[in-house]
Amino acid sequence: MGNDVLVLAEHRNGRLSDVTFELVGKARELADRGGGRVLAVLLGETSLAHELGVADVVLCSEDPAVATYNAQAYERAMVHVVERQQPRLVLTSTTTVGMDVSTALSVHWPAPLASYVVDVRRDGEDLAVTCRAYGGKLLAEVALTGPRAICAVIAGCFPAADGRSEVAGRSEVAGQVELLDLEGVFDGLGVSVAQVVEPEKGDVDITAADLLVSVGRGIGSRENLEVVQELADALGAPLAASRPLIDQGWLPKARQVGKSGLTVRPKVYLALGISGAPEHLEGMQHAETVIACNTDPKAPIFDVATYGTTVDLFDLTDELVKRVQE
Amino acid sequence: MRIVVAVKQIPDLVEELELTADGTDVDRELLKMVVNEFDDQALEEGLCLKEAGDAELVVVALDEPDVDQTLHAALAKGADAAIKLTGALTGWIDSHRRAALLASWLSGQSFDLVLTGVQAADDLDGQLPGLLGAQLEVPHISVAVRVEAEDGMAKVWQELAGGTVVVDEVRLPAVIGVQAARQAPRYVSISRIRQAQQSGGITEVEVQAAELGTEQFALRRLVAPEAAGHAEMLAGGAGEVADRIVELLRAKGLVRS
Ligand SMILES: Cc1cc2nc3c(=O)[nH]c(=O)nc-3n(C[C@H](O)[C@H](O)[C@H](O)COP(=O)(O)OP(=O)(O)OC[C@H]3O[C@@H](n4cnc5c(N)ncnc54)[C@H](O)[C@@H]3O)c2cc1C
Ligand SMILES: Nc1ncnc2c1ncn2[C@@H]1O[C@H](COP(=O)(O)O)[C@@H](O)[C@H]1O
Repeated sequence: MGNDVLVLAEHRNGRLSDVTFELVGKARELADRGGGRVLAVLLGETSLAHELGVADVVLCSEDPAVATYNAQAYERAMVHVVERQQPRLVLTSTTTVGMDVSTALSVHWPAPLASYVVDVRRDGEDLAVTCRAYGGKLLAEVALTGPRAICAVIAGCFPAADGRSEVAGRSEVAGQVELLDLEGVFDGLGVSVAQVVEPEKGDVDITAADLLVSVGRGIGSRENLEVVQELADALGAPLAASRPLIDQGWLPKARQVGKSGLTVRPKVYLALGISGAPEHLEGMQHAETVIACNTDPKAPIFDVATYGTTVDLFDLTDELVKRVQE
Repeated sequence: MRIVVAVKQIPDLVEELELTADGTDVDRELLKMVVNEFDDQALEEGLCLKEAGDAELVVVALDEPDVDQTLHAALAKGADAAIKLTGALTGWIDSHRRAALLASWLSGQSFDLVLTGVQAADDLDGQLPGLLGAQLEVPHISVAVRVEAEDGMAKVWQELAGGTVVVDEVRLPAVIGVQAARQAPRYVSISRIRQAQQSGGITEVEVQAAELGTEQFALRRLVAPEAAGHAEMLAGGAGEVADRIVELLRAKGLVRS
């Protein structure tokens, strides 16, 4: 059994994503402890390999099948790699890419899979893994036993600096770059990419604001948005929102905070009627100060908020508007 | 075209979650169960597909608490059939096993599209669409925000991080994890659900729990996140809380005067 830790690198618009460095840093720690290597798999953008110097080996492919993200092509490439490398542990993120790949891998290269992972440690021969469950209201402590395992890790749980070669004090060339031979791997693919659509730029840039008023499903209805819009206007702050409001078409996509929206770091993030699901937290947990209003005292948002209140958001909004407009 | 939508009940997360004595599961006796919101989205997308073409839509669920009401609601919304898979199913079932139970039924069915919710917030998941697709050896795409299908092909809008969308052409059959339907899920009145209930409509099918060798995944216990990182709760009514917040904003120079 090997002790290698293998990471699937993710990139977008010619840049490696932060979570990739977070995973590589964690992989380094786990591999060093177990006497194994760190392997990174980089599909589609070989030119980024030099940034992965914290890994011992970067396995690359520029095959046209993986030039843009194709769920099935990525899956086949990863199955091919892990069957040859037989790592102890595979780390992906919980992004779309990670969800597609980690699950397929755990069937085709049979291995236990833990998702929504926030921590992973060695525990003798096993891995001790902590996962977020029940929308973040509980944590699950899981043991992954056996010779191999897969973890899909939430972004933002480990320091990215540990995986950046320049910060970790590793020379760019420390890692060895190898081109994968994927001859035949993509034959007869049932998925092809027809188009890639970038999100529309919004009327306001919520990532640039010092103060954000952000609203969630606690608002109840579209009509009620008026009251929080009034507060946002009074404060001169843009109005942001959690995903369900965007999916209902109540606000444009450019206002969405979270995993599949934007990451914001305002000085103050005022969260009204937002529960604090892991996917939302991913986008705002690094705000300087978070003030959360939620009638449920057990809402997970209070675990990341600096200040909290369980008063009704409509009462609070009224009172705030009165004071700010004075 | 035959579309299968898999649906699941999850605890209402607004309610208090009590743990069982051994701490390995939530106390399901006490929970209020609701349909997983993403399954409502998957069903809506399925209904839109059905309306756009000539399709049969079947909803399927494992026999879990209160699932009948969700199956009846699906029938009332326009599903053609509702299947409840019964067998040795109690308490917490890991995703590999759940996928295997669904796969064992599906492999005896003809289907073009299986739509599932992108994830269920109750467990550690978002796993089922990928596991099911891989087990059935058909393509699978998760985090879909629109699906169109005709002539053995589907077009799937898949959302990546940051909102980028890849439009895939997928050979059917396939399993798609739906994040959001093209429109908000439709509403159905209680009286229509009652009607569906009275006309029966749920078919029970017994399935065998497959041998899977997933013992390597052991849930040791569930714990509440540590209180260490908890917010300082502002005391008082809305007025006093508003005073404090304005003060805080002022201190950071975010409100005038
Ligand atoms: C792949 C994937 C990607 C996702 N990406 C994102 C993303 O980018 N961003 C995102 O936000 N979500 C995302 N989600 C969705 C996420 O899982 C949650 O469903 C969502 O964040 C919940 O939004 P919410 O907190 O507004 O709603 P809920 O969870 O429904 O919370 C509403 C809250 O309002 C409170 N409330 C109700 N009434 C009042 C009142 N009168 N006053 C005060 N409080 C009140 C309730 O107590 C409750 O806690 C994603 C999900 C998936 C699967
Ligand atoms: N017990 C079940 N019965 C039917 N469908 C399920 C079941 N468990 C999961 N699913 C489907 O798979 C999706 C993802 O679930 P999960 O992998 O548990 O997050 C859900 O939204 C459902 O559509």
